[in-house]
Amino acid sequence: MNAQAQTQYATEVGYNFAYLDEQTKRMIRRGLLKAVAVPGYQVPFGGREMPLPYGWGTGGMQLTAAILGAEDVLKVIDQGADDTTNAVSIRRFFARTAGVKTTTRTPEATVIQTRHRIPETPLNGDQIMVYQVPIPEPLRFIESSETETRTMHALEDYGVMHVKLYEDIATFGHIATSYAYPVTVDERYVMDPSPIPKFDNPKLHMSPALMLFGAGREKRLYAVPPYTQVVSLDFEDHPFEIQRWDECCALCGSQDSYLDELIVDDAGSKRFVCSDTDYCMQRRDLEEEGEQ
Amino acid sequence: MSAAEQLQVSTELAQPLFSVRDLTRLYGLEKGCQGVSFDLYPGEVLGIVGESGSGKSTLLSLLSGRCPPDRGTVSYRDTTGNWVDLYSASEAQRRTLLRTEWGFVEQNPRDGLRMGVSAGANIGERLMAQGVRHYGELRAAGIDWLKQVEIDPLRIDDLPRTFSGGMQQRLQIARNLVSSPRLIFMDEPTGGLDVSVQARLLDLLRGLVRELDLAVVIVTHDLAVARLLADRLMVMRRSRVVEAGLTDQILDDPQHPYSQLLVSSVLQP
Repeated sequence: MNAQAQTQYATEVGYNFAYLDEQTKRMIRRGLLKAVAVPGYQVPFGGREMPLPYGWGTGGMQLTAAILGAEDVLKVIDQGADDTTNAVSIRRFFARTAGVKTTTRTPEATVIQTRHRIPETPLNGDQIMVYQVPIPEPLRFIESSETETRTMHALEDYGVMHVKLYEDIATFGHIATSYAYPVTVDERYVMDPSPIPKFDNPKLHMSPALMLFGAGREKRLYAVPPYTQVVSLDFEDHPFEIQRWDECCALCGSQDSYLDELIVDDAGSKRFVCSDTDYCMQRRDLEEEGEQ
Repeated sequence: MSAAEQLQVSTELAQPLFSVRDLTRLYGLEKGCQGVSFDLYPGEVLGIVGESGSGKSTLLSLLSGRCPPDRGTVSYRDTTGNWVDLYSASEAQRRTLLRTEWGFVEQNPRDGLRMGVSAGANIGERLMAQGVRHYGELRAAGIDWLKQVEIDPLRIDDLPRTFSGGMQQRLQIARNLVSSPRLIFMDEPTGGLDVSVQARLLDLLRGLVRELDLAVVIVTHDLAVARLLADRLMVMRRSRVVEAGLTDQILDDPQHPYSQLLVSSVLQP
């Protein structure tokens, strides 16, 4: 779809379709093609100023703007929820500058921008996930020099990644890293899967959906193409494990979704509810239908 | 040992491990090092002595692959018996060498250690880089090496910054030796340590070098350290090697005027 046709859907006058100008979007798409061709490799791109601060999802928004078409249906989640400030304002931003349809229902969405979570509902091949990434470099915690980390990636020099996991086991007796858990993509690049909980790491593996990662402040993007091997790093005697809860969701009763712990009164009593609000809602709707 | 094995061992020892020809890197007239050639044999300890600014450290970084020379070659005979030219090898090969068959002990342990992670992780890092993915094994290696360098194994989970200077230096040595290297570079390993700690460290080093049959290139300005550790000495002055030979020979009967000055300027308590 060309720019001319897209512009007429925009609801705010004075802005190009999806805020960014066409040249910028082309530049980002070129970067994305490279990222898809080399899974897990961090491609630098000319990040633009967005009308919100770094750390609020500027990287993800630029990718979303670059891939969005007028027919797309956008879903934005923050901590798994569709109704938090960040999610609401990004969704409204694209509804106003691109005039695209938005949704909170995972199966209806074609583009899902996310921070922290991958939806519980399995994704399909027609969907694109866009992640907002704060620190794209998984080696950063141990090596502060960018030149050095790039050389390490180029030479596949990843021994230090296990130093962090070793430290976890030495300190806590188990691998305590619970989010931004490093993975090896397609048996080559080590990648930071953004701050998703390690609970979601297995969903990256062989996913039918395209996964795009954008870091606005660091001006890097990377990708996991559909059906790509994504393996979480671990030790032979301390294998990778995902979080488990003894409780089930207080609202929908789900036993296999990622749960948030809520303190509900001053006495400190707590409830556990699904972090993915849409998944929880769908389950409750189904239950109600079943009762009728 | 069978005759064939004996023959193999003797040819192994008869061949140099490390060979340097006409190595030159100049930052200015007589600044840096020039025209250095030597062979180093398995299990041999070579000391490089000289005053500050004579090019000792430049030579060491040229030898250890840290900075490319203007001229000359550095070659190393690896475990398979092939000669590797250090500066025409790929960076990947060079890095692999540096963290498997070689070691580098820095003057300041803070440069050689990862200060943010525990002693055990420091020791295990080389093993992890070589692909050891078994926590129990890494742990066992950590404890074993702490014992070998005379640090209490109970301190395996402590950060290096809680260690004393001498302990940090010993930890750095353990971290290098864990991959069973054949060649170690040391840059003033006893610098900044008090005399009694120096003596202990030297004692430990001497034991490890003999026990593991390590080839060592050690840079020092302390002739006592040289006498204690080195089999052979090279005396450097103004970027050139002015005298080379057996340690005892040079220290007891120095030929070059500068060596004579160096030897005579040692304080005799």
